[in-house]
Amino acid sequence: MDRIPILKIGDVLLVTIQVDMHDQLAAALEEDLTGRIVAAGARGVLIDISALEIVDSFIGRMLDNIAAVSRILDAATVVVGMRPAVAITLVELGLSLTGVKTALDVDRGLAMIARSRAAQADDVSD
Amino acid sequence: MAKPAKQVVSALLNANHAEIQQQWLQRLKADGVLQSGRIREGELQTQCAEFLGRLRAALNSGLTDIDSPEFAGVRELLAEISAARATQGFSPRETALFVFSLKQPLFDALQQHGGGDATAMQEATWSIGLLLDRLGLYTTEAYQKTRESLIVRQQQEIAELSTPVIKLWDGILALPLIGTLDSARTQVVMENLLETIVQLNAEMAIIDITGVPTVDTLTAQHLLKTVAAARLMGADCIISGIRPQIAQTMVHLGVELSVVSKATLADAFALALARQGRTVTRRRTEPAAGA
Repeated sequence: MDRIPILKIGDVLLVTIQVDMHDQLAAALEEDLTGRIVAAGARGVLIDISALEIVDSFIGRMLDNIAAVSRILDAATVVVGMRPAVAITLVELGLSLTGVKTALDVDRGLAMIARSRAAQADDVSD
Repeated sequence: MAKPAKQVVSALLNANHAEIQQQWLQRLKADGVLQSGRIREGELQTQCAEFLGRLRAALNSGLTDIDSPEFAGVRELLAEISAARATQGFSPRETALFVFSLKQPLFDALQQHGGGDATAMQEATWSIGLLLDRLGLYTTEAYQKTRESLIVRQQQEIAELSTPVIKLWDGILALPLIGTLDSARTQVVMENLLETIVQLNAEMAIIDITGVPTVDTLTAQHLLKTVAAARLMGADCIISGIRPQIAQTMVHLGVELSVVSKATLADAFALALARQGRTVTRRRTEPAAGA
């Protein structure tokens, strides 16, 4: 079965979705990713969906789920590179993904994760 | 045996067309067509002569059905005249009057030259009435069509005009909204904004609603959708320019904009700059040299 590769950069996991997602693939990704977060002790997850052209409510919910799960595992999830058409579709579907952080591109996503970790570190040191 | 009514009408027009045209023109003038100054007498005269000529030709074919191919010339001319009048600013009444005022001259001519047969007269009268009514309706329809196409074009122009996305600074966009926000416009606005966010790699967008006259629950929902879509792409939105009355209405309606909002575009811009880690300061004035 196809799997979506998960890359590890430092303590951040990078997932680039380059094929059209079908439900099984999405479910497999969710499972793989949660496993990798724990195994690698990742502090952040970047999901790059700049190549994703078609979304449905299932994919939207999957993104939301991944974000919720990784938050529990203490890793910040940032979805980057969403296309305008995809954003409009998700909003029209009523999925605003309020629990998910978003950024324009991978660079900014990494910066965002670094910032949130710095903020956490501040909290601890206080 | 009396001639059929159609032939009576066509014979009448053929025999008296100069007189009818003269009377028609007088009647049009009496109705004040020329007073508005939108059309010159010469032009009106040409239109009348041309119309009567084509009508005669069509009637000579022996038909009175204005949808038939023989009447194509008449229809074409009428459509042309109506379209011209619609753009010249004539009212629908004035445009329809062009055809309807031909009735009286035709009836007059019929009375003078139509002979004494009461049944034939009645039939001819009915035939003229029917023909001119149809032509009049056709004129009004053509007038209406021209106006409608005008309105559609203007709507398109307004839609194009009113949704610019402006780059205020590196990574900061402004979207000044002007006019009522309906679903169709929101769609255009949203697409424009999102496309520009991608193009310019912008992380902040300021939606200024100073030019939006009213904000009801639907408009607020449209705004929120736009904000949500921009957020999904990774750009933050600030809403600015909410006028005091609108703020009151929104609170009374129970509309809640769960977005950062600022009173003016300037405030929103200052906030956007601050979020980027920039500050605006006045340059210290240097003492003038040699003073």
